Amino acid sequence: MFRIIVLAGALAMGPAAAAQEAPVTDAQIAHIAYTAGQLDVEAGRQALAKTTDPEVRAFAETMVRDHAAVNEQALALVGRLNVTPEANPVSAALTEQAAATHARLAGLEGEAFDRAYVQNEVAFHRTVNEALSGTLIPSAQNAELKALLETGLELFRAHQAHAEQLGAQ
Amino acid sequence: MRPGLSRRSVLAGAAALAVAPAPPAATPARTHTIVMERMRFGPSPEGLRIGDTIVWVNRDPVRHTATARDGAFDVDLAPRASGRTVIRKAGTIPYICRLHPAMTGRLVVAP
Repeated sequence: MFRIIVLAGALAMGPAAAAQEAPVTDAQIAHIAYTAGQLDVEAGRQALAKTTDPEVRAFAETMVRDHAAVNEQALALVGRLNVTPEANPVSAALTEQAAATHARLAGLEGEAFDRAYVQNEVAFHRTVNEALSGTLIPSAQNAELKALLETGLELFRAHQAHAEQLGAQ
Repeated sequence: MRPGLSRRSVLAGAAALAVAPAPPAATPARTHTIVMERMRFGPSPEGLRIGDTIVWVNRDPVRHTATARDGAFDVDLAPRASGRTVIRKAGTIPYICRLHPAMTGRLVVAP
């Protein structure tokens, strides 16, 4: 929980604060968005290796399929724009948190795993959605990058709703 | 003997046929488009009839389906792909994307 709060704090800086303290460049935004997608693909693969629940499997398959597809587009876009995604503290915080979650979930089985995976998916998507709408989209300079992030936000919102629906069952 | 009457009847009948409106021609089947974009189905077309075609257009970077809840159709669409279904029955037909259950819509088909 502490990690989530720290991460939310790191991501919650508004565009104004970001401009004053640490401007978020398109190269960093691309890295954050790509990392978030890749981490969710990995979480989905962990779920597919462990769960037997058909609805959780279907959800995890959608996470792997969708985030892989969007990241493929993101890579094509940064290639076309000649932007090299740049590592940054937000990407690092996301990656560190995901590694801790992966280790925690590795020790769970059955329904306990399913519950923890789905709960984490709700929290992860909520955090990324807040970052996208509050910081990343307003800060993005390139119009094509901004449009891809906006599509990504709708995708992440639909995933969050799907995870919440699974978690409520 | 009613030849006069008979002939009048025939003439009247012929006149009636001449002025009767032609039976309504069958309405030609139409094609409608529903766009899937930003994780939503676009608005459902008005005035759908049996025999009409729906063209489903996926503009998202992710795969979607258009799946009738009652199994009447199930179209699987890769990113940026399109597909079509022909409407076979009247009534209200709710549909979803099987991969993104928050995406829903419904067709209203005239009887």
